Amino acid sequence: MLNLTEPIIIEAENDTVEVFLSGDIDHKNAAGLRNDIDYAVERHKPKVLNLNFAKVEFMDSSGIGLIMGRYKKLSALGGRLVLTETSGTIKKVMKIAGIEKLAEII
Amino acid sequence: MKNKNEMKLIFPSNPENERLARIAVSAFISELGPTIAEIAEIKTAVSEAVTNCIVHAYREKPGMITLTVKATSSKVHIRITDRGCGIDDVKRAMEPLYTSRPEEERAGLGFAVMESFTDRMTVKSAPKKGTTVTLIKNICC
Repeated sequence: MLNLTEPIIIEAENDTVEVFLSGDIDHKNAAGLRNDIDYAVERHKPKVLNLNFAKVEFMDSSGIGLIMGRYKKLSALGGRLVLTETSGTIKKVMKIAGIEKLAEII
Repeated sequence: MKNKNEMKLIFPSNPENERLARIAVSAFISELGPTIAEIAEIKTAVSEAVTNCIVHAYREKPGMITLTVKATSSKVHIRITDRGCGIDDVKRAMEPLYTSRPEEERAGLGFAVMESFTDRMTVKSAPKKGTTVTLIKNICC
């Protein structure tokens, strides 16, 4: 079966976990991404979780739910959330949600 | 204004059909010559509406979703209809950050995104009968 969602790449170094997201972030894919990211967060307990959107082709408000959930998880661990390489419509969706109040957007 | 083209798609409320719906609409409207930003905004609005049908109207149980798209030379009319549980209080459901499913990390922004990314949105709903969302987007060409 054709898998339309590319796997995410997760890198951990020192106190930072960087997640390279790709493909479509919608309701169908959000749960799988959440499990993968949370596994890495629980394993490394990072001070910074960096979500990289460079290869994300589509994201709706299911992605906002994913970001808000990771923000709560990181806050509980005393860490912070950083969102990088956001652009276009994905950035507009983040703006509607007021995500800049929860995470640093680079 | 005379209809230039139209399309009707009926599909089950499977999560994989969120992608099918937004890709079908983007392919359909491409003939109108929209900008990349307009296509991305319409895709996002359609994805929100279809996800609402799956998550809220049918509560992840099987049901059918009807998507109709009509294109004139400068406008796209999109209608998404379900026969699910309906919305008790449409005004409240449209409030940003309100969600009836917070335990599943729903952001409560579906209608806010649809409203922001289109030029007109209407929601008609009857409890236990279903909901119809109509989205109108002007194409600037």
